[in-house]
Amino acid sequence: MFFTYLRRELRRRRKAALVVASGLALGIALVIIVTSVSSGMSKAQDKVLESLYGLGTDMTVTKAAAAQGAGGTQRPRFEFDAKEDEDATQSTDRVMVQGFQTLASSTVGKVGEQAGVADAVGGLSLTVMKVDGQFKRGEFKQDESAGQGGPGGGQGGGGQPQGEVQGGGASFDVNSFTVYGTDVTQQDLGPLTSSQITKGRTFKATETDAEVAVVDSAYAKEKELAVGRTVTVSGTEYTVVGVSTADSGDAAANVYIPLKQAQTVADSKDKVTTVYVKAAGSQQIDTVKAAIQKNIPGTTVTTSADLADTVSGSLSTASDLAAGVGKWLSAAVLVAAFLVAGLLTSSAVSRRVREFGTLKALGWKSGRVTRQVIGEALVNGLMGGVLGIAAGLAGAYVVTAISPTLTAQLGSTGGGTGGGPMGGGGGRQTASRTLDIALTAPVSLSTVLGAVALAVAGGLIAGAFGGWRASRLRPADALRRVA
Amino acid sequence: MYQLKGVTKRYMRGKNPVDALAGVDLTIEDGGRLVIQGPTGGGKSTLLQMLGGLDRPTAGTIELDGVDLARLPESRLTKVRAESIGFVFQSFNLIPTLTAQENVETALVPLGLGARNRRERAAEELESVGLGDRPNHLPSEMSGGQQQRVAIARALVKRPKVLLADEPTGNLDESMRDEIMDLLDGLWKEHGLTFVMVTHDSSLARKAPRVATIRKGKVTVTENAAA
Ligand SMILES: Nc1ncnc2c1ncn2[C@@H]1O[C@H](COP(=O)(O)OP(=O)(O)O)[C@@H](O)[C@H]1O
Ligand SMILES: [Mg+2]
Repeated sequence: MFFTYLRRELRRRRKAALVVASGLALGIALVIIVTSVSSGMSKAQDKVLESLYGLGTDMTVTKAAAAQGAGGTQRPRFEFDAKEDEDATQSTDRVMVQGFQTLASSTVGKVGEQAGVADAVGGLSLTVMKVDGQFKRGEFKQDESAGQGGPGGGQGGGGQPQGEVQGGGASFDVNSFTVYGTDVTQQDLGPLTSSQITKGRTFKATETDAEVAVVDSAYAKEKELAVGRTVTVSGTEYTVVGVSTADSGDAAANVYIPLKQAQTVADSKDKVTTVYVKAAGSQQIDTVKAAIQKNIPGTTVTTSADLADTVSGSLSTASDLAAGVGKWLSAAVLVAAFLVAGLLTSSAVSRRVREFGTLKALGWKSGRVTRQVIGEALVNGLMGGVLGIAAGLAGAYVVTAISPTLTAQLGSTGGGTGGGPMGGGGGRQTASRTLDIALTAPVSLSTVLGAVALAVAGGLIAGAFGGWRASRLRPADALRRVA
Repeated sequence: MYQLKGVTKRYMRGKNPVDALAGVDLTIEDGGRLVIQGPTGGGKSTLLQMLGGLDRPTAGTIELDGVDLARLPESRLTKVRAESIGFVFQSFNLIPTLTAQENVETALVPLGLGARNRRERAAEELESVGLGDRPNHLPSEMSGGQQQRVAIARALVKRPKVLLADEPTGNLDESMRDEIMDLLDGLWKEHGLTFVMVTHDSSLARKAPRVATIRKGKVTVTENAAA
């Protein structure tokens, strides 16, 4: 009888059931959308961090920021001999260690020994400024412009165009690219892990000091590099063995070479800029960080969370919004939906006072009547759950289909956390970069299960309101006059 | 057998107490037929509720076969209602979303019968009130007379000892009244019920052998030897 009665009630009082169900559906749909958008945001953030760190890296260790001024002496300087040769083409690579701060290679081992560290690998990030150019002797020309800057190149020695013999001009092509010295013996950690080898191969573990390189596909395209060709870094020719494509479309470096080679070209023997650390478990990240900072002085440890704090731009605005307004809004709507469902169920019981009174007069136990009311509310809740999940999935699908682009600026200019390990320029202050990330709203199974739980909870809350009222009715209410 | 002693039911209307029943003494023999009359607001329905265990008196005792319904725990009282009392209401009180058949079955639910047994007994009972041909009609699809027949089937399907009817023809057209009255009388005789009925119909009351008249909560019983 329970199910017959339940079915009949729901079928013949469809409208009332639908009102309760749609209220709950609205709340549940909002929760699903907000949850999935939030998880899309954190996925986007992970992607941003991943593009810097590589997959699986929980934190990086860099040298603690030195006092200001120390870097000043290390400014890049180009020294050209003022040769007498006319029109001599000169080329110079200036190799700079990114951030100008290095750690001894032995630090990698020390980090690896810390409790809770699963893996640690060192890498050397370099910026290479390649300057090709010609000095031109001063010529007596009436020409207005003395400097003939190449495309994108700097103009050295701005001539004064008054038709006088002056110091001449220089045509230089200044070219900057980034090089990452990777530990070829440990390739499962570090920046290169966030790229896929799309052509050729990656480094062999034996190529610790080989003159081979993997180049990023975007850079390869720009410089017309391909597997088998060579790329020159500070006079050394490296054979391109592979082309990599960054998962996020933004590579950590333009050229990857074996660590030892990088140390040689940068004149930084046994030095690394960054140690990439993988913790044994995500719960241990904070303790590992503390251990490293305590046991290895002079280092800065930056966890993904630290780095995430430095993310700014529309991505962080949006995720703040989702975390703040979105969560509160959906919580408020959910609570409101629960209350409305409860009140509607309770008022439905009021309209059925005589019906329930009659059942009690027929000898139905109070509990049986209450159960019937709760059963109806529960089915309403589940219907709301189904509707809400459908609406929520549709909403999440729409977000993913539109995939609005969010930008993320990474790294603080203040250098509070030491910034990202991969600086864009050469200076420490510019260790920030901007990424465009398409927002998705992935709906996880746990979100759907959570929604089902909410639906059941909503039904039970509504049922509790109604059931309580029903349980208080007396058999004599069968004779009550109800308007 | 019913034995009522000093039954008082006091309602509060705002701050003023209203004694719907004011010390009622009454005996109803097994298999007896009692007609209750009286002006509106006299306390007829209240008395019927006391007899049916739908409510408890403020004072006094209501013994049904020696058991005082006034002091019976709620669970036992529920059981008495489920097993021994058949109640017919003025406004039928059918469950609007259930069919005729299902409405009759609701009375068997507390008895813990199997679904099949329930269905068979309900169908038989509908047959005996003359509605065997429309078990699947909803109350809204039936006339008042038909609805009251369903309600009577529901009251009797459990084979109760007592049938209580509160103005069973009060909401019916003239033409249907006799039909329902005849049906009730027939069933009373057939099942040997103790039958208590509230009615406004004075012609009916005149024919009845025993009539209780309630005025302002006080009962006077008239034995009508002529009837
Ligand atoms: N639930 C109640 N609350 C307050 N007063 C009630 C209630 N039920 C009945 N009464 C009052 O008790 C008196 C008797 O009512 P009732 O038994 O319904 O009379 P009858 O059925 O004879 O018309 C009336 O004055 C009525 O207003
Ligand atoms: Mg009445």
